[in-house]
Amino acid sequence: MNKITTAKEALAHIKDGDTVMVGGFLQCGSPEYLLSQFVGHPARNLTLVNNDMGVPTSSLGKVLEAGQVSDLICTYIAQNEAAQKMYKANPACLHINPQGTLTERIRCGGFGIAAFYTPTGVGTVIEEGKEVREFNGKLYVMEKALRGNVAIIRASVVDEFGNCYMKGSSKNYNAAMATACDYVIVEADELVPTGSIDPELVTVSGIYIDAIVPAPKEEK
Amino acid sequence: MDNKNFIAKRVAMMLNDGDVVNLGIGIPQLVANYIPDGMTVTIHAENGIIGAGGHAPEGLGTDNIVDAGGVCITTVPGAQFVTSTDSFGAIRGGHISATILGAMQVDEHGNLANWCIPGKRMGGIGGAMDLVSGAKLVIVAMEHTAKGNPKILRECTFPLTGRKVVDVIVTEMGVMTVTDKGLVLSEIAPGYTVEQVQAATEAELIIPHNIKVIDIE
Repeated sequence: MNKITTAKEALAHIKDGDTVMVGGFLQCGSPEYLLSQFVGHPARNLTLVNNDMGVPTSSLGKVLEAGQVSDLICTYIAQNEAAQKMYKANPACLHINPQGTLTERIRCGGFGIAAFYTPTGVGTVIEEGKEVREFNGKLYVMEKALRGNVAIIRASVVDEFGNCYMKGSSKNYNAAMATACDYVIVEADELVPTGSIDPELVTVSGIYIDAIVPAPKEEK
Repeated sequence: MDNKNFIAKRVAMMLNDGDVVNLGIGIPQLVANYIPDGMTVTIHAENGIIGAGGHAPEGLGTDNIVDAGGVCITTVPGAQFVTSTDSFGAIRGGHISATILGAMQVDEHGNLANWCIPGKRMGGIGGAMDLVSGAKLVIVAMEHTAKGNPKILRECTFPLTGRKVVDVIVTEMGVMTVTDKGLVLSEIAPGYTVEQVQAATEAELIIPHNIKVIDIE
């Protein structure tokens, strides 16, 4: 078993019409090397799942500008001009979720739960077209689990088995997305031999990881 | 003291020792500067920090530790990093004592609109809907009007962030508490008359006898 590969080989798993989950919250934990290699990928009509579509310096904006993506599932797009343009041209492309709903949809997608009831969004546009049900005198909206074909995530330290340690607040969506896609690519800030990460410090188990792409060291 | 800091300081007085609090962008962030000495208030950052500190000193921050606005921050002793899933589990599960956030509009029923102005640039919902439905106390901290126009209305007209979720509104003019009967002007800021506050408010305010004047330095 060898999970270590190149960005090109790993990203070749993305096909037309796929749902691609991209980890990160703004710049934190965003897999910038993989995204830079994703720009200009031949696959089209992709659905992109990401919290915020990135900060202005992120390659995520260039992916959108390249016309690779048809739908955005996210919570917030204030910092991304390319996402703003897509929304203006076709408002239906934007699928805004409350953040806790999006993270839970992904978690459920990865953990075998088909749907769940959440109080978030009751009495707002979010409940439109969805089942609203009362439990113990309180209203909840039914939300469905979300899965993807390919996940592009990032970790601070990855061992050769794929175990990931994600520093600080970079765990964000990276942890849940690793469980919710058929093929999971992790960008490794640092690649270490299996067994080098204390099992107590593993954020995401290597069993979820299919491909490890070491990030080139930044020039200092 | 300017309006924004006045509002932040009054809001800080509503917190209790041991509270876990989420602060929105803008005036709510200033609240952290006015936590009374000797009180432990834990700041929750929705992107996965329980025990967030202030902004990191220039050049010493890391992109691995940011707040919900993407600003590099520090953590306080006792802090914990969590996933987005766990962060929002804590919000929905009622483990956040208070959420303090701004509003575009708030009305006398406690409805809040703070994510979308139809026809204008799209921002998004972010964590706001989860926070207002999950936090035990929802405090709106904002300036009373926008360019002279009332923001405290009979009925919100923008898309809602939450229905009947707001507990209390703090502005430079006073403190308004949402009740079953409507909005009670429970405190008034020094220098304002009840008539002035009502004139700046579309919703009809309920004025208690012996209204309290906000007393802060």
